[in-house]
Formats: sequence, C-alpha cells, structure tokens
Amino acid sequence: MLGAMLAEAWAALIANRLRSSLTMLGMIIGVAAVILMLAIGAGVQTYIEKQISSLGSNLLIVNSGAARTGGGFAQGAGTAPTLTLDDAEAIAGLPDVVAAAPQSGFGTQVVAGPTNWLTQVATSTPSWFQVQDWYPDEGRPFTDMENRQAARVAVIGRTVADELFGANDPLGQQIRVRGVTFTVIGILPTRGQGIGGSNRDDTVVLPLNSAQRLVQGGGAFRRSVRTISVSVATPEVMGPTEEAIAQLLRRRHRLGASQVDDFSITNITAVGDTFAETTGAISLLLGAIGGISLIVGGIGIMNIMLVSVTERTREIGIRMAIGAARSAIRLQFLLEALMLSLVGCLAGVLIGTGLAIIAGKFLPFDTLITPMSVIVSFAISAAIGVFFGWWPATRAAKLSPIEALRS
Amino acid sequence: MAAVLDLAGVVKDYASEAGAFRALSGVSFKVEQGEFLSIMGPSGSGKSTLMNIIGCLDTATEGQYRFDGTDISDYDEKALARLRNDAIGFVFQQFNLLPRLTSRANVALPLVYSGVAPKDRNARADQMLALVGLAGKEGSRPSQLSGGQQQRVAVARALANNPRLLLADEPTGALDTRTGAEVLALFRQLNAERGVTAVIVTHDPGVAAATNRVVRIQDGLVTYDGPPTREALAGAGHDYEHA
Repeated sequence: MLGAMLAEAWAALIANRLRSSLTMLGMIIGVAAVILMLAIGAGVQTYIEKQISSLGSNLLIVNSGAARTGGGFAQGAGTAPTLTLDDAEAIAGLPDVVAAAPQSGFGTQVVAGPTNWLTQVATSTPSWFQVQDWYPDEGRPFTDMENRQAARVAVIGRTVADELFGANDPLGQQIRVRGVTFTVIGILPTRGQGIGGSNRDDTVVLPLNSAQRLVQGGGAFRRSVRTISVSVATPEVMGPTEEAIAQLLRRRHRLGASQVDDFSITNITAVGDTFAETTGAISLLLGAIGGISLIVGGIGIMNIMLVSVTERTREIGIRMAIGAARSAIRLQFLLEALMLSLVGCLAGVLIGTGLAIIAGKFLPFDTLITPMSVIVSFAISAAIGVFFGWWPATRAAKLSPIEALRS
Repeated sequence: MAAVLDLAGVVKDYASEAGAFRALSGVSFKVEQGEFLSIMGPSGSGKSTLMNIIGCLDTATEGQYRFDGTDISDYDEKALARLRNDAIGFVFQQFNLLPRLTSRANVALPLVYSGVAPKDRNARADQMLALVGLAGKEGSRPSQLSGGQQQRVAVARALANNPRLLLADEPTGALDTRTGAEVLALFRQLNAERGVTAVIVTHDPGVAAATNRVVRIQDGLVTYDGPPTREALAGAGHDYEHA
C-alpha cells in the first residue's frame, strides 16, 4: 500500500509542478542556508585546528609589556622589553613546561649576492624549533652551542629561500642581515598562512645570541626579549601553567599587589577560539535565516496542503467509498507533505552545496560539507513535513464520505 | 444461506437547523444472493439515505441492518471502511474515477486499500477490464475515454474485490440512451452469468424495468416491493413528476 501511495504522492506533486516548486521554495532556501552554515562552520573548525597545530601544539605566548585591549601580540613601540633570557630559563624550569623559547624579531632587508628581500627576522634559542614544532626539512637547526658562541648561522623559510636563491640550493650560501654575514644551514618546510593571513614561510631564524651581539638593532637591550613562546605538555594543563607562569613572572619582576602585570600571556588556542566565535556568529545568523525560512516553508506546505485537501474533497470521498480507512487518507496526505518537504530538502542540499563551494573560493579557508549536515537537513525537513502536514491530512481524514462525494 | 441485505425497521434521523428530520421511518426488506433489484423513489423520498446505509457509508439511527448475516449496526468507521472495501462495489452517476490515474490504476485502487501486492492487483485489474469489454484500454486515462467507457471502468473497479453486493447510484444518469442501455446490459449480464447481487438506485422507470424486482420508497417508507410491473413503474414515474 505504501509503495502505491508514494507513487501517487509523486504523481500529485508532478501534476502541480509550478505550485509544488513554489511551495518548496521556502524549504529550498532554508535547507540551502543551513547546509551553507554548517559547511562554513565545519570549514572554520578544520582551518583553525590546522592553524593552531601549525603554530605548535599547546602553545602559550608570553609578551613583554602590559596586555592591550584587542590583541595578544601588542607591544608598546619603543618601550624596553620587560622579559629576559633568565625569565625564559625560569619558565622552562616549571612543571608541565616542555620548552620555553625566548624570541625577538625585526623586519629588515636580507641580501644574498645581487638579490635582496624584505622579510621578518626571528631571533631565538634552539628551543624555538621545538616550541614551534617546526624543524628544517633540509639542513639542520642551529645548536645550543652555536647560539652561545654567537655563530653566524641562519635557518630560512621556504619563501625567503625561493626569493633569494631561486632554483639554487641555499644550503651553505651566505646571506647578509644588516651588514652581517650568516651561513644558511637549514630550510624550514612550508607552513602557509598564519592567523591573520601573514605568510609564515617569509622568515629568517637567527640564534638569539648571535643577533644580539652582532646585528645592529638585533637586541638593543642585552639579555632582554620581546616574547617567550612556551610549549605545554598537555592541553589540560594549559590554564594552570598559564597561571604558574604569571605568578613566576610577577615574583621575578618584583611586582607589588597593586601593580599591573608588565607582561601578557596569550593562549593560542584562545585566539583560535575568538576567530571561531566571530565566524560562529556569522554562521549563527545564516542558521537563523535558514531556521526562519524552514518554518515559513513549512507553513507554505501546510497552506498548499489545505488547498489541495479542499480541491480534492471529491477524490477523498471516492477513496473512502471504495474502502480507504481514515488512517489511509491521512497517510496519503502526510506522504504528499513529506514528499514536498523532502524534495525541497534535496534541492536545498544541492543548492547549498553549490553555494558552499562558491563561498569557499572567496573565504580564506575551504568550506566542508559533512555527511552529518546532510543527514541533519533531511531529518529536519522530514520533521517539518510531518508537523505541518499533519493538520491538513487530519482534515482530509475527518471528512464525511457522504458529504465529500456530494461536493 | 443468509440474505445479502436484511433491513428490519431501519430509521434514520438527521439533525438540521429546522430541527430533527426523519429521512427513513422504518424500512424493512431483504435482498437474497443473486438478486437484481432496483430502488426507486422521487427526490426527498429517502432513497439516497437508504443507499448510503445499504452502502455502509452511513449507519441507521434505529432498527437493524444485517449485511451477509452480520448485524453491522454498531460497526465503527474503520470496520465500515473495511466492509466497503471487501464486500461492496460502488458505481456512481458521475463515474467518479480519479482523473490522474489510468484505467488499470483506477480499477486496482480498492485492491491497494486491501493490501494486495502490485503485481496481483494489476493482473486482477486487467482481468476486470476485459470482463467489462475494455481490454486494450488499460493505460488510458478517464479523459481519453467516452462516458460509457468510463462507467465500464467504474463497474470494473466495483467488481475488483469480488464484492457481495454491487451498488449503483443512477448508473445511466449521465449517459445517453444507447450507452445507458449498454451499461444496463452489462449489469444484467454480470447478474445472470456471474451471479453478482446488484442493487440499482434510480428514478428512471426504464432502468427499473430492466431489473427483476422493484422496491419503491416514498416519505421514508417502502410503498411497493415486487416485480417491475407496468403499474408499479408508472406509479414511480408519477411520484417523480410531482417531486
């Protein structure tokens, strides 16, 4: 019986093609918006996870200078860095801290032979490679010994390697940073964009000590650093470790109870969360549009089903006369409502997927259609079909066969 | 063997705005297996009400109605629907085929509701269409058929579930004289050759004359029950003219 009823529901839908498509429009828009929302949400999720893992896992970044509203990386221009190498060593000694890399940096022209390239120079200890979880795939990182001896060695990012040396092998070549010559000993593998869209591969990494001793402006304040990157053992101890570092630094900097921190600690995961929240808000807006549209679509289905029941009163009478039980009549109209909503859902999924693919071209990340989002869409649509189809179907089932035949 | 229909003192009251209205005031008669009977009466005589009760579309207010030996006066809607599906075949004045469905699908529709498998019900539908002389028209829609052909499809549909009773309401009312006569001949043939018990509700003396027995209703009461004599039919015609 169900098979024949489904076939009839389909035939009824086809018989009123234009009316059916207009009725489905609400569902189509709603489902497309929901699919798009979930695709963006899933895309952001994946993107952030990738970004965070590219920054190094379980990373806390301690910046010198008090926190400024709106940014973790803010640094008062011209002020002396308040963090020192000793701070970094002290932090490295804390429990649950895997490594702490003191780091400074500056932007400058780097020269190799006739070519030069404006890039970001990072100066740090060998811990930097560990904290960033980013080791040269060609050559090697610099060693603790090289740092202490202020050796003239450099590790360069892929972009810098390409710009300065092109097809030539950069290993063993000389680069000049503010007039000081360094030998390239390692090349970092590609990492792509960082949060905010900067090119992480456009960088040169020098031993901190070498930069401070040899390069002008590479460390005007001896033994002081701008940033200490801290790698924590597990995500669970991020919070307590952040607290422990704060207490340690307040003690080391002899800050009184009334004095504010002269440093700020940023949890990279939290930065990702902020980004996720922003995108989440946009997604939520889309979701709200989708939700409202789905409800409006459902009301549209109810409206058209009521019209259909009125139009087909005689048909209902005939069916009852030849032995259709009221439950069979209700089932038939419910199936029609369900088919309207599910066909609308299918169209919505297709359109939503198309929009998500297009959106992915304009967003900094790829959108992601998950099977779950499609399943959720169909489940919601089915629920809407049954919910809004129930009343018209019940009205059809409650008709008196005699009255219906007379119409 | 029990009578197919056995009405004893059937009363039907309707509540209307003008107060209670008695459509049937105690109707009693029996129809035996294999009979070919017409129910005559002018408009407002209670003829339609009687047909609705016989056809299990409605139930009596008082009295007893036994269908095939079973008292169905206290049947609920679901049981009545089941009975209509299994045991009664309707033929209407306006054919009442579903316009979107082919002849085959229209004839198979009662079988859908009785849960017959698709293959079996299509075979049965084709068989019934052949029986009413419409072999080759299985795929046609009602709009592609003449009035007489549509009514034949309706008869095939009524016979699909092999019912105990074929109940027709003015089956020739929407047809011209010639096709009307053909449809009537089909009823006669089904009755004579297959023993189908048939009841035709009509106001047309010509139709009643084709049956073997006439039950005439007036003001909610049976006023004649016997063979279709000239006097009985004339009386019915007279009633009708004054209605």
